[in-house]
Amino acid sequence: MADNNISVRFDVDASDFSAAGEASTKLKKMLRQLSVDPEIIRKVAVAMYEGEINMVIHANGGHIDVEITPEYIKMVLADNGPGIADVSLAMQEGYSTAADSVRELGFGAGMGLPNMKKYTDEMHITTELGKGTTIEMLVKNNA
Amino acid sequence: MNTCEIEEKLGLKCLTENNNKKEVSGCYISDLLSLAMGRVGDKNVWITVQTNLNIVAIAVLTEASCIIVPEGIEVGADVINKAKDEDVIIFSSADTAYQLAVKLGALI
Repeated sequence: MADNNISVRFDVDASDFSAAGEASTKLKKMLRQLSVDPEIIRKVAVAMYEGEINMVIHANGGHIDVEITPEYIKMVLADNGPGIADVSLAMQEGYSTAADSVRELGFGAGMGLPNMKKYTDEMHITTELGKGTTIEMLVKNNA
Repeated sequence: MNTCEIEEKLGLKCLTENNNKKEVSGCYISDLLSLAMGRVGDKNVWITVQTNLNIVAIAVLTEASCIIVPEGIEVGADVINKAKDEDVIIFSSADTAYQLAVKLGALI
């Protein structure tokens, strides 16, 4: 059923913090048009937004490749940021390395990665210090 | 209950001049955006003192019925314009978050 698959790439621009969320908002609208189940859309939107914010806060932007199939929605977030030194520590709720300026905006609570894990069915992190991070997330599309 | 009814009953000031009625089914209060992102329910009123542009994205993504900014805290024109573009309703109130929640609780 390859004809039913949709692939789309979103660029995440880190220069404008206030624009963060644009990729997630666009993807959400797209999934709505495709009549994806609202619960699935919510999970995808939350996970993608958290990922997008992380890319803006920590990694100077990057890009997100999304694949939509009748079986699943897969998001691959790739950046050329500093990498994550200790992934298991970063996965702990409440652990954050975000700057105070970011915290003042209501982020940096150490909820990003845990939320991404919570709202997806599968999540894999590949990271190398000084090179960047790639996060693959999959949400089953069981509509 | 809908946004027009709570606007009237709670004496809210609508900053987005938005007359689109949206259903209201509950309320969530948090100023931590990551918490709000995961927990503002569908058709919820979201009360927050945060007034940066990111609140609009969160309201869109969580399908909140509206945002109420308490204690008369000012909201910038850029945020209001973005909210209008995205069909997000932002109300302002002189009440505290607690007072708003008590009043909402009696209505919903």
